[in-house]
Amino acid sequence: MLKIFHQIFRTGIVTEPLDPAEEAKVTLTGSALEEEVKKRFGGSVTIRLVDAGSCNACELEISAINNPIYDCERFGIHFAASPRFADLLLVTGPVSRNMEIALRRTYDAMPSPKLVVAVGDCGYNGGVFGCSYASLGGVGNVLPVDAYIHGCPPAPSRILNGILKAIRKI
Amino acid sequence: MNGKIQNLIRDITGKGAVSTDASVKGAIACEVEKTAFSQAARILKEAGFRLMAEWASDETFFGRGYAVYAAYNDGSDYLVIKSALPPGEPSFPTLTRHFQGAYRLERQIDSLFGLTPAGHPDLRPWIKHEDWPAEAYPLRKSFAASTAMPRVEREYKWAKASGEGVFEIPVGPVHAGIIEPGHFRFQAVGEDIINLETRLGYVHKGIEKRFESLSWDEAARLSGRVSGDSTVAHAVAFCMAAEEASGCVPTDRARYLRAVMIERERIANHLGDIGAICNDTAFAFLHYQFSILREKVLRTNLRIFGHRLMMDRVVLGGVSADITGEGVAAVLAELNEVSGEFERLVRIYEDSPSLEDRVFGTGVLTPEAANALGVVGFVARSSGQKLDARLQNPFPPYDRFVPRVPLLRSGDVHARAWVRIEEVRDSFRLVKEMLGELPGGPLASEWVRPLPEQSGFSVVEGWRGEIVYWVQCAPDRGINRCMVRDPSSMNWLALEQAVRGNIVPDFPLCNKSFNQSYSGHDL
Ligand code: SF4
Repeated sequence: MLKIFHQIFRTGIVTEPLDPAEEAKVTLTGSALEEEVKKRFGGSVTIRLVDAGSCNACELEISAINNPIYDCERFGIHFAASPRFADLLLVTGPVSRNMEIALRRTYDAMPSPKLVVAVGDCGYNGGVFGCSYASLGGVGNVLPVDAYIHGCPPAPSRILNGILKAIRKI
Repeated sequence: MNGKIQNLIRDITGKGAVSTDASVKGAIACEVEKTAFSQAARILKEAGFRLMAEWASDETFFGRGYAVYAAYNDGSDYLVIKSALPPGEPSFPTLTRHFQGAYRLERQIDSLFGLTPAGHPDLRPWIKHEDWPAEAYPLRKSFAASTAMPRVEREYKWAKASGEGVFEIPVGPVHAGIIEPGHFRFQAVGEDIINLETRLGYVHKGIEKRFESLSWDEAARLSGRVSGDSTVAHAVAFCMAAEEASGCVPTDRARYLRAVMIERERIANHLGDIGAICNDTAFAFLHYQFSILREKVLRTNLRIFGHRLMMDRVVLGGVSADITGEGVAAVLAELNEVSGEFERLVRIYEDSPSLEDRVFGTGVLTPEAANALGVVGFVARSSGQKLDARLQNPFPPYDRFVPRVPLLRSGDVHARAWVRIEEVRDSFRLVKEMLGELPGGPLASEWVRPLPEQSGFSVVEGWRGEIVYWVQCAPDRGINRCMVRDPSSMNWLALEQAVRGNIVPDFPLCNKSFNQSYSGHDL
């Protein structure tokens, strides 16, 4: 136990302020009703993530926003295990044919109003995987998307900025 | 070729003459009659070889039909056995009776090529989900990549268990955490798992088919996205296979930098996963501490190589990112800092009885099961199998910087965590030593496309284990076929074995300790 306390004091607070430079790499599609979103999600937002066919690198960077350096919880952002509690659906990857139904069902299980944010170049237009017999391309081909966070993969600070922008917090 | 292999090939071909296939580079290759395909497996098994990969290729554009291939390894040499399938006979003898690891590889060949492994015990589709049209065989040349795929009504037949108190728990494809999708079906009695069946294929996005439509440079980019957490190792494996086929020799500096990046990728992933294993025992403190270290490593990657995960830094003929003298100093300073912190955290790991209680004896994969299934990577090394591509057939600079490969036999969650702790330590050492002797010279050699029909075989030890590629050049000097075998393709079956008899709430911990790639498996 002493070692743990010692390590906690050695580490101190490592959380960094948000880097605003990343904001430009986010596209809002404007489909969300600004006031409504502000009113409902102003304080906090609960996220359900669905990997709809990613290479898994986008997941690595999304996981990283939970680490003490980015600490997404300080902005009221947290991840839920069930879509029933979620306000925002974060989607990575091109939508694979084999994930299409699961993605739609997750979206349908979420209460309204809800937002959809696509993470990564794949989520935007299919990225390197394109469209094919197995890939339906970008998330926009399957669900109404409110914001795209570009990059391959986008860095954690950009993902965090993108989510905050989507809920009109910045 | 040594005498042992020569004699074996003579046994296999049975004619006295050694018929090797010179179009395959990077391995010893020989072609046998279709009927001898499984006999070869038996002979090689008796001689102590293991099956590494099995795949098919549509060779219509060379004026032939289909061919099946199997790759074997005896701890040093790589041997590829090929059989051409006569026209109108879309089947081949199964290897499953000799090697259990062929089980899903052959279901995959059956599903995606429509070539039947005769004698295979279970021909349910794999990767191809039940709602695909039955006649859709995407890896055939006659199938256009853009073919629309309507959904059809069909059912997947799950393994069933019955009896008093037996119930089923279906999980997924969407899981609770920030992870990839897959379906797990448990049969349990009370809390005890009596059987687990996994079904994957959810993130199948047509990667192998897509390779065939890309230029070589684009293909290298795609290989770096087969499994994003292993972007460097996959890109190196693809480039090495392509370079074998073309005869292009990467520069010395490039080889060193590739190895430095492979080891840094190992460090970053192991750091994240050791923490995540702790998290699954509800020891969040270590999880956060390890994630800080991982973040430090990724930031140095960004500063030195221009990308946090080092994507697209490996290119055909070499690498695209250099390191300056200052960069070397920065990496060494980071290593010192991170390794010091790492040792402190390891001491906390060792000192935590509550953690110990969860990881020791949980999710055991016995050495016998590991051997029978043909598992690879840290999973194999935690279950007594001394397998490491950096040792079995070392490519430069691993011939000079020999990894000290840890080996445990207990095969439990702790073993898989501890092997990775030891590997992090060794990778710290390897990176230091390699950077200390980094040769000068250009970053890349000039890339030339291979000649038609030439193919290259390569094996790279990524952080997860052995990655195998085989790339075959088309008549127009594009890509005719690119076979990808991620370590996960061999290791998923082992998870099913390891969780039997454990309790359902320990499944996430077991799963995390294997941490297989869904994307690398589903392709
Ligand atoms: S955007 Fe890039 S990192 Fe993200 S899933 Fe696609 S290929 Fe992977």
